Amino acid sequence: MQLNEQILKEIVMQVLQGMEMPEAAPAKKAVSGRPMTIVEKGEARPGTKSDEVIISLAPAFAKYQNKTIVNIPHSDVLRELIAGIEEEGIRARVIRVTRSSDVAFVAHDATKLSGSGIAIGIQSRGTTVIHQKDLPPLSNLELFPQSPLLELETYRAIGRNAARYAKGESPTPVPTKNDQMARPKFQAKAAVLHIKETEHVVPGSKPVELEVQF
Amino acid sequence: MKRSKRFEVLAARPVNQDGFVVDWPEVGLIAMNSPNDPVPSIKVVNGKVVELDGKQREDFDFIDQFIADYAIDVNVAEKAMAMDDYAIAKMLVDVNVSRDEVVKVARGLTPAKLVAVFNTMNVVEMMMAVQKMRARKTPSNQCHVTNLQDNPVQIAADAAEAALRGFDEMETTVGVVRYAPFNALSLQVGGQVGRGGVLIQCALEEATELLLGMRGITAYAETISVYGTENVFVDGDDTPWSKGFLASAYASRGLKMRFTSGTGSEVQMGYAEGKSMLYLEIRCIMVTKGAGVQGLQNGSISCIGVPGAVPGGIRAVLAENLCTTMLDLEVASGNDQTFSHSDMRRTARLLMQMLPGTDFITSGYSATPNYDNMFAGSNVDAEDFDDFNIIQRDLMIDGGLRPVSEEEVVAVRNKAARALQAVFRELGFPAITDEEVEAATYAHGSKDMPPRNVVEDLKAAEEMMQRGITGIDIVKALAKNGFVDIAENVLNMLKQRISGDYLHTSAILDKDFNVVSAVNNCNDYAGPGTGYRLSKERWNEISNISRAIKPSDFDV
Repeated sequence: MQLNEQILKEIVMQVLQGMEMPEAAPAKKAVSGRPMTIVEKGEARPGTKSDEVIISLAPAFAKYQNKTIVNIPHSDVLRELIAGIEEEGIRARVIRVTRSSDVAFVAHDATKLSGSGIAIGIQSRGTTVIHQKDLPPLSNLELFPQSPLLELETYRAIGRNAARYAKGESPTPVPTKNDQMARPKFQAKAAVLHIKETEHVVPGSKPVELEVQF
Repeated sequence: MKRSKRFEVLAARPVNQDGFVVDWPEVGLIAMNSPNDPVPSIKVVNGKVVELDGKQREDFDFIDQFIADYAIDVNVAEKAMAMDDYAIAKMLVDVNVSRDEVVKVARGLTPAKLVAVFNTMNVVEMMMAVQKMRARKTPSNQCHVTNLQDNPVQIAADAAEAALRGFDEMETTVGVVRYAPFNALSLQVGGQVGRGGVLIQCALEEATELLLGMRGITAYAETISVYGTENVFVDGDDTPWSKGFLASAYASRGLKMRFTSGTGSEVQMGYAEGKSMLYLEIRCIMVTKGAGVQGLQNGSISCIGVPGAVPGGIRAVLAENLCTTMLDLEVASGNDQTFSHSDMRRTARLLMQMLPGTDFITSGYSATPNYDNMFAGSNVDAEDFDDFNIIQRDLMIDGGLRPVSEEEVVAVRNKAARALQAVFRELGFPAITDEEVEAATYAHGSKDMPPRNVVEDLKAAEEMMQRGITGIDIVKALAKNGFVDIAENVLNMLKQRISGDYLHTSAILDKDFNVVSAVNNCNDYAGPGTGYRLSKERWNEISNISRAIKPSDFDV
């Protein structure tokens, strides 16, 4: 889709400003957005070790966008996911999927490359899923569809659970959160962020291996 | 600037927590009448549509092709398309023009022409039209039964209460997807305790949803989504043909099903091609028609925050419901997702469907408090039951619900919880304790329920599928444990598969398992005194709320 970048920016700003709520995101303990560098290392290859979980980033994550729908820096989100995985003694590998911005496919493509068959997919706005190789793409192990409710602690717990699935365990799912007012507050903003993500989709492209340094 | 106290008060009102956006046609953030919407046109050569809304056949995308080949009646198309937009709109509101006449014209219209017709109408005219055009004469309602913990005992109890309160269809979904078999089972058992004949579904990934239906755990399906642009279809690895194939899989097993779509989904998925939400939605409605499916859930559904944020969005949502009825499809008309913090806004949005009546006024009234609604909250929830009943009473309209007494609710909740306890025991699933039965009997929501061992439940739910448990196993478990009446109800639901009568448009079952559909209960509205009118019994039921003061309450 071709869009006038200037108009887009203006309207995104307008929308985002309109969306600032008096009691918006609750104050986070560990905010800041640590510096992070991401180096692209060419096409991602299938992993051979069963002790790895792939974190699969949507096209714009930490590249064209840098924070979630409730302004949590992407670098902090990624750190927590990795920390959660490593806490369980499993290796975290990071890739980027650009053929789709749909979180199910971002994750499912990665499960096929993951040595353990487990992958976490994450969109720029923060929507996350834990997926497994032999499941249908639109099924999942655990889905976190309400991005405005996801905090750093949730991402760490998601990393931890993904690692436990990789070890063949059956962890208790990360407690589901539900806020019936997330939609009226955030849906238009979510749409705008997803439009911005989808602009960077490259049909037919191969996943890219990433090296992440904090 | 020194702040006005009035503006401070206004800023604190719930409506000002809602998100709003200006029209932004370039990305499709516009409800109706986008400058990028095509101009209506059609050309038929040798019985084939060769031009559709300004596009030549060789330029068709797969949605255009599907609509041109399967959804437009070429015998009437050129004549219908030659009619003035206002003339068609007037037919819709004219009580002297029958539903059938409008349906015949609508069969020949293109998506852009239908949009052009709706662009001429205001919401009162659209409501007039829905009153005449909905397929089934008797309006009805559907609910959601879910909870934050996927607690099966609570699902059974809530389902029983919801059925007692009048819902004819009920839908569950999951917090954790692997709980799905238990949620479906609990809804089936609980629903049939509330009243025999309630139809139930479990919204899931499509293959699992179909499997649960084929096993006789669920009775119908609804979450088969279609989209208005090719890219969104492709993003989900789908085409109109693959959806049509899935639809026939349901039909071949004697299972009722409808598609789902709604304004705003293409914007939400990032591929709206700059077209208005209504134009894209009408393409979805026509794909549904072309696939031969009996009905559609629309009214924006889970994307309601998108049309809800732009000018005229709620009018467009009513227009999509109306369009569905014009194409002679069952409509489950939304009102199933939160879209506003404001009680005034959400009521205004609800009345668009509640006043004229639709096949299912809400396609998901939350039968639990919204904090337990795993569709991320509904426009109306369990805490609105009395408000809803009083609105029916105030306006003398049938929204499908009825006032109930606390005693009867407690009784059916308890029976449902005990019935599920027996089924779990019989099938060797993790025990449901008497403490859980007691909690579910009196619970408002999952906060009132003791926690279950989730890992054990998930393991057992997986086993339930591996062991090939079907509806018949549920019937046996119920009968063996003294719940013969509920066993018979579940068995009767399974028998529907064989007769298949509930595959007719807009079908529901009454308490004696008779099909009530657009075939034997067709909408014959033709102005005052015709169409659906409240029977004396039904009006008494709606009028008689326990809190109303009676002459006998006074001792003078």
